[in-house]
Order: sequence, then C-alpha cells, then structure tokens
Amino acid sequence: MKATGIIMILLVSLVFPGIIVRVKSIASGRKGPGLFQPMLDILRLLKKGSVYSSTTSFIFKIAPVIYFSTILSAAFLLPFDNQPGLLSFKGDFIAFSYVLALGKFFMIIAALDTGSAFEGMGASREALYSMLVEPAFFVLMASFAMFTGHTSFYEIYNSIYFGSYIAVFAGILASYNLFQIIMVENSRLPYDDPKTHLELTMIHEVMVLDNSGFDLALINFASSLKFVVYGTLISNFFFTPDISIFLGILIFLGIQVLFAIVVGIAESFRARYKLRNNNKAIVLLTPISILIFLSILMIITHQS
Amino acid sequence: MKVFILLPLLSFLFFLLPKKFQSYYNALLTIIVAALSSYFAFEVISSGVTLTETIPFNVWGNQIDLTIDLLSAFFILVINLTVITGALFAIEYMSMYKLKSKTDFSLHFFSFFWLLYSMLMVCMIHNMVAFLVAWEIMSVSSFILVIFENEKPEVIKAGINYLVQMHIGALLLTTAVITVYNETGSLSWSALTTYFSGHNNIGLFLLFFIGFGIKAGFVPFHTWLPHAHPAAPTHISGIMSGVMIKMGIYGILRVLLYAQSDLLTIGIIILVISVISGIAGVGTAIIQHDLKKLLAYHSIENIGIIGIGIGTGMIGVATKNDLLAILGFGGGILHVLNHSLFKSLLFYSTGSVYMNTHTREIDKLGGLIKKMPHTAILFLVASIAICGLPPFNGFVSEFIIYNGFAESMISSTVGLKILMMFSMLSLVVIGGLAIFCFTKAFGIVFLGTPRQIKTETVKEAKWYTLFPQYLILIAIIIIGVFPGIITGLFFRLAGLYTHSVTIIPANTILNISSISWFALLFIGITVLIYFAKVIFARNKVIEQGPTWGCAYTGNTEKLQYTASSYAENYAHDMDNLLNQKTEYKPIPAEEIFPHKRHYKTHSESLAEEKLFFRIIASMQKFLNRLAFVQTGKTQHYIMYMFVLLIALILLTIFNVI
Repeated sequence: MKATGIIMILLVSLVFPGIIVRVKSIASGRKGPGLFQPMLDILRLLKKGSVYSSTTSFIFKIAPVIYFSTILSAAFLLPFDNQPGLLSFKGDFIAFSYVLALGKFFMIIAALDTGSAFEGMGASREALYSMLVEPAFFVLMASFAMFTGHTSFYEIYNSIYFGSYIAVFAGILASYNLFQIIMVENSRLPYDDPKTHLELTMIHEVMVLDNSGFDLALINFASSLKFVVYGTLISNFFFTPDISIFLGILIFLGIQVLFAIVVGIAESFRARYKLRNNNKAIVLLTPISILIFLSILMIITHQS
Repeated sequence: MKVFILLPLLSFLFFLLPKKFQSYYNALLTIIVAALSSYFAFEVISSGVTLTETIPFNVWGNQIDLTIDLLSAFFILVINLTVITGALFAIEYMSMYKLKSKTDFSLHFFSFFWLLYSMLMVCMIHNMVAFLVAWEIMSVSSFILVIFENEKPEVIKAGINYLVQMHIGALLLTTAVITVYNETGSLSWSALTTYFSGHNNIGLFLLFFIGFGIKAGFVPFHTWLPHAHPAAPTHISGIMSGVMIKMGIYGILRVLLYAQSDLLTIGIIILVISVISGIAGVGTAIIQHDLKKLLAYHSIENIGIIGIGIGTGMIGVATKNDLLAILGFGGGILHVLNHSLFKSLLFYSTGSVYMNTHTREIDKLGGLIKKMPHTAILFLVASIAICGLPPFNGFVSEFIIYNGFAESMISSTVGLKILMMFSMLSLVVIGGLAIFCFTKAFGIVFLGTPRQIKTETVKEAKWYTLFPQYLILIAIIIIGVFPGIITGLFFRLAGLYTHSVTIIPANTILNISSISWFALLFIGITVLIYFAKVIFARNKVIEQGPTWGCAYTGNTEKLQYTASSYAENYAHDMDNLLNQKTEYKPIPAEEIFPHKRHYKTHSESLAEEKLFFRIIASMQKFLNRLAFVQTGKTQHYIMYMFVLLIALILLTIFNVI
C-alpha cells in the first residue's frame, strides 16, 4: 500500500521530539517528561486563541500554513519499504528540496513581517544557512544518482548497494554528511540550539517569537515532521528487497527511534558553535559531499 | 507578411497627437503590431511550416527574406507578450512625468514602437546585413528610451555607457558577418552552414558569442546592465530586461543552429561563462541598495541560467546524448519565456512602488503591503518564481535543467560528470542566493513598518496598471502548475539542435504531468490546512498587539532590520569578491564631541573596475598623444582638409588609388 509511508511518517512524528527530550533528560540525570509531552503541548496550543502583532500582514498568517504543507507534500515524495511514494518521478529529489525551500522562504518573510529586530536577525541567519547547506544535499543526491543510474528517490533506494570497501567508505561519509545536513535543516545542535534562552543567539526559534495559538502549533508539529521526513531519507537505506510490510514497518520504527536517540545523545554532549563559525562549518559539508561524489566516481569508472 | 513594411508609417502619428493621447495610441499600436506578428507566429508553431517572404529591397543584390521559423516564432511570441504588458503599464507610469514636453513624449513612444518593430525584425530577417541594421535600430531606439529622464546627469552617463557598449558588440557582429560574406559570398543565415563546415568553428563562434553576449549581459560583458536599468523608466527596464537582452540569446541560438564541429568546446565555453554569470549576478545583487539595480543584477543571473541550459544542451549535442541535449536546450529556452514573465512583473511592480514613493532605495521603504496589497502579491509571486520555487514557472525550467544534469551524471564521461556536478552545484548556489536576495527585497520593501518614507500618501496602482500585471501572474501560475501544456513546444525547439533522426516523445523525456500533480497536491494540502485554521479560529479570542520586543516596549521603525543588516552576514564573508567600498571617516581620539557623519557603502563591479577601466585608461593615454591635432582653431581644420585634398589629387595622379 502506497500510503503506508505517509501514515507511518505522521505517526512517528507524534513521538519523535518526545524521544529526543527524554534522551536528553536521562543523559543529564533528570527523569524528564513523557514521550507524548511535546504533542500534548501542541494540542493545548490548538485550543488557544492567538495574538497577532499589529505590524503584521496576511503573510504572517499564511506562512505557518504554507510551511507545514510544504513539509507534508515533501513527505509524499518519499518511498517506503521498497514501494514508491504517492508521487514518484524522475528528479523528485529536486522537487523535495525546492518545496522545502519554499516553506523556508515563507517563514523568513513572515519573520520580517513582524518588524522585530530579533526576528530579522533570525531570518537573515536562516536564509544564509539554508543557502549554504543546500549544495551539500544536492551533490549527495547526484552521487547516489550516479551510483545507481537512476534519478528518483524510489529507484535510487531500490537499487543502491554497498559492495566494495570504497563504497562502504562512501556510505559512512554519506551518512555522516546526511546527519549533519539534517541537523542544519532542523536547526539543531551544534548549529542552532532550540532550547537556548537568549534571543540574540537563536536562529530558528527567534523567527517564531510572535507566533501563537494554532500557528505555533503548526510550526512545532512541522519541525517534528521535518525531522521524521529527513529520518526517512536515512531509514530507506535499510529496507532490503523482498521484506514483508510488517518487517518494513518494524525496521522503519527501529531506525527512527535509533535516530532520535542518536540526536538526543549528540545534543547532550556537545555545545553549539559560535555563530560566526557556523558559516564555515556548514560550508564544509559541501566539500565532504564532493569527496563522496569523487569516490563514487572512482568506483564507477573502476567497474566499467 | 508584406504588411510589416508599411507598419512603421503609423509610428509618425506620435508627432501629431497631443500628449495625453499618446500613451493610449502607443498601447493600441503595440497591440496591432503584436497581434499581427503573433498571428504568423502561431501559424508557424501550429503547422510546423516555415513562413518565408522576400521583400522588395536588397543588399548588394542579395535579397532580404522575412522568415518565421520555429525559433523566430517562439521569440516573437515572447516579445509580444512583454511589450504589450509594458505598453499597458506605461499608461499610468508616463502620466507621472507632468513636466515633460510633448516632443519628449512623442520621441519616447516613437522609439518604443521602433524598439518593438526592430526586435521583431531581428527575429525575422534572414539577411545578415539587414539583420545588423535592425540590430542597430534596436540599440539606438532603446538608448533613446533609456535617456528619457535626460535632465539627470547620471541618466545620460548610463545611456552613453550603454550606447558605447552596444556598438562594441555591433562591431564584433559586423566583423563576423564580413568574415562569413568574404568566404561564402552569401548573406543568408544558412551561409553559416557553409562557413562552419569548412573552417574552424570556435573563432567565428566566439565573435558572435561576445557580440551577442554584450547585449545579453554575460559576465564580464554585463557592465552596462546595472547602470542602464535603473536609469530607464520602469516599463522600459521591464521590456529591456524581459525581452531585449534575450535578443542576444536569440542570436546565440541562431548561430548554434549552424555550428558543425568543436561542439563540445563551444558547449563548455558557454557553460562555464554562464555559471560565472549566474553566480556573479546573484551574488552581487544581494548587497545592492537600489531596487532596480538589484533586479538588473538578477537579469545577469537569469541569463546565466539560460546559458547553463544552452551549454548543457550543446554538450549533449556534442556527445550524441539526445536526452541531455533536449533537457538542456528545452530548459534553457523555457527559462527565456519564464524570465521574461517574472522579470517584467518584478520591474512593473517596482515601478508602481516608485510612482508612489519616488525612491528606489530599499532601506528607505517598508510596510507597503498594507497600502498596496495587489502590488505586494504580484511582487511576491514574481519573487518566488524567480527563485525557482514551486508551484510557479521558474521551478519548471530549473527542474528540467537539473534533470539534464542528473541525466548526464548517469551517461557522460568522467570529465563531463565532474563538470556537470560543479554546474549543478552552482545552480543550487544560485537558487539559494536568489532566495536570500528576494526574501530581503520583498521583506524589507513591503513588510514591517515604514522606514524613512512615510506611507500615508501611498495609493495602490490603478486597475489598468494592475491588469497587465495580473495577466503575467496568470501566465506564471499556469506554466508553474500545468507545464505540460507548453513543454512540448520547448522539446520541439530543442529538437532543432539534436539533428537526430528519431524524435524522442516528450513524455519519455520527463514525466511533466507529475510536476502538475505535485503542485496540485501542495496547493490542495495548503487549502485544507487553511480551512482547518479557519475552523479552529472560530470561538477563539484573536487579539492584536504590539510586536514582541523581548520585554523592550519602545518599538520604533528604526529597530527593524534593514536591507544592509539583513545581508551583512553574507557580505562580511564575501567581502573580497564583492569589491565593496565604504565611505566613512572614523572618529579620531581627540574629537571628543563627534560631528555628524555619513556612512555609505556601495559595491563596484569587479570586471568594470579591474578590467575595463584599465583598458580604457591605457587607451586614453595612447589617444591623448594625438590630441595635438585638435587645436580648436578653424584655420587649422581648413588646412587639414586642404592637405587631404592635395594628397588625394596627388595619389590619383600617380595612380595609387
């Protein structure tokens, strides 16, 4: 069933932030809230009214809606358990990346809509960082396309294999890079700290200072959904051919939970970069991607 | 098609009409010319048969053919679309110039007609010398249009700069045409086939490429664009940026039709120059303070994207990879149409802003969305489209070009794969920078609270100004959501270059309909969630309040981020490449009570400063030595003529000439 993927992504995103929070609290020696606490917070936000700044226009009101729907539509492109997503076409990874960029575009202009200095600051940083990280993702996908000879998510995942040592090396590099890309895209440590308490050092969180009620709920749920969508990019590597749907779901759940735990642990034991160093750290992901590209190129030319 | 020769007679009416009727007559005349030429263009596209007619003039005994083939037909349609909207937009915009005389207006609209007419002729004429004449009329008429506000010295300076650069281009084109005529004795475009089959292709191609490239604005031949576009009235900027610079692309595409050998080198040259143009254009655009200058730099970027498509296509042709060729050319040529749509829309909406605020300084504006909601929406959609984001048209052409890259990842040789990877990388960087730039432009100009310019007197543009802009908006959305309607045409155009016997059916190249489904899915989800929001908002308290200032309540508009501060983190890292100049006198220690100071930054084009200014300086040094001839005394000049006459007589007597 093609819709399994999207349903699983939505289900996992309900607990995903809960797992991260729980892991972080255990790592720091606290008991921590329940797994569903972030979702309960969102539910409570849904019941509340909202306050809009008198500076804002309709852009501010539609931006969260568009942000959420870009991420949900991106999720429709992802394959699941050796089955294509609800939509699968040549070059769908381009559409995936670009539709997510549309969401960012609206969040950025919504932040500028408030006329707040802090939100302008966050907007500027978000625009810069998402610009810097994009090439790394594209070169990575181009490498996979070259490796497998296909250009859609479904075909790439379906025909990827790790035969030689160089391929394993490239695979390790690729997963490291994908992990870093995910951390940048989701505004997590070490690039941005969602739990920071100073507006001056925030990136993503400072952009949503003025959102409230339904809008904030949407944005929070979207962040969680975005994490799972990117996690699906990783878990798709592990669906070996000819497995039953139940095993597939189990693998998916396992990888996502593991991914959340890794994120939680990684965030517990490291500090964020200084903001000025963020640029360099993010730019560095592109050369790593190029390295992956070149090593895959070596494998291909060696084989043929 | 003979009727085209008589059309110019109608343009002289401008000198008889009173001032207030001229803009209406201009719109009418534009629609007549456009409808007529579009009729022939549609006929060519629907039937696939080339229309040719010989007109009763000749050049040195060579007949002049008016020919509309598929390539011309496409460009004619693009020209007409943008020029019609420009003529309609001009009606309100020109009424802003109350102090200009009737003659100024007549000359302006007269040139407007001739710009349109010469662009159409450039696409139709198949005699190279007549082509050069049309090309020259295009340059001169656009020069007159640019210097409409000729009371400002910087406008005249920009205009002269433009005129000189156009003539350097024309010189190169003339040289190329003479070379071909010398070798083949024919002036028809198809003479190029003969020339290219017998000679080295790269030399002549480079002559044409640089000649056309100056018009198109490829880096480093782009330096006229950022001066001319801000100087011109906005509807002219829109037309120049939307279609006139595409005539350079038309010329390159026309020449490429006949290229025979060294195709790979040609493709790589185009690709590399385009990549540099794309990145340099958008990279410089971000730090501009002048909204029209920003848009001018984006034209350079988009010419770069078009060139990336064409270069990729050429590499596909050279390596006999039909799929790559079709994706490259298809995407590049589609981007010609797309860019003409969203760039003219951006200029027109900027023009509406300028009409009301009389400034183009981004940092002075703000909060316009509350006073000009229509203009804001138009600018927003065009911004999203130019960033290449779905569900608008810019995405479709970039998606096709990206697919070309992905395709060549699979089937090209190792060297080409690496080249394509870097081209893909730069296209991604261009996209990211464009998002950075247009979030800034839209966010600062239209959102937040008004900065230096107060918006009490600002009004929305009139309906007849918004109407042509909404037409463009509809086209942008239709191409973005239902690209399948037109992509067939572009794959057909691309097929002109592949020379392949088998024509690949469009749906095996790309599943274009899935873009439609994706766009519809996205729109559907958005609408659903918006309804959910409306339903949830019922029976809830929706309040208005001040922006959250992190416990600081003294909100003023000065606290807001400005365009400069928004781009600061980028500009800081890119300082060396951007060649930024700061005018600021630091406060010395002994100055206890500092005086009022000004802080001014601007970016100068690296190519202009490091390359052209140096060449010009050394040329001036050389030419200054000849200045002794120019004494300013009439007697001396009469003597020169006399000496020349004597010399001629002597030479004739001795049979030297």
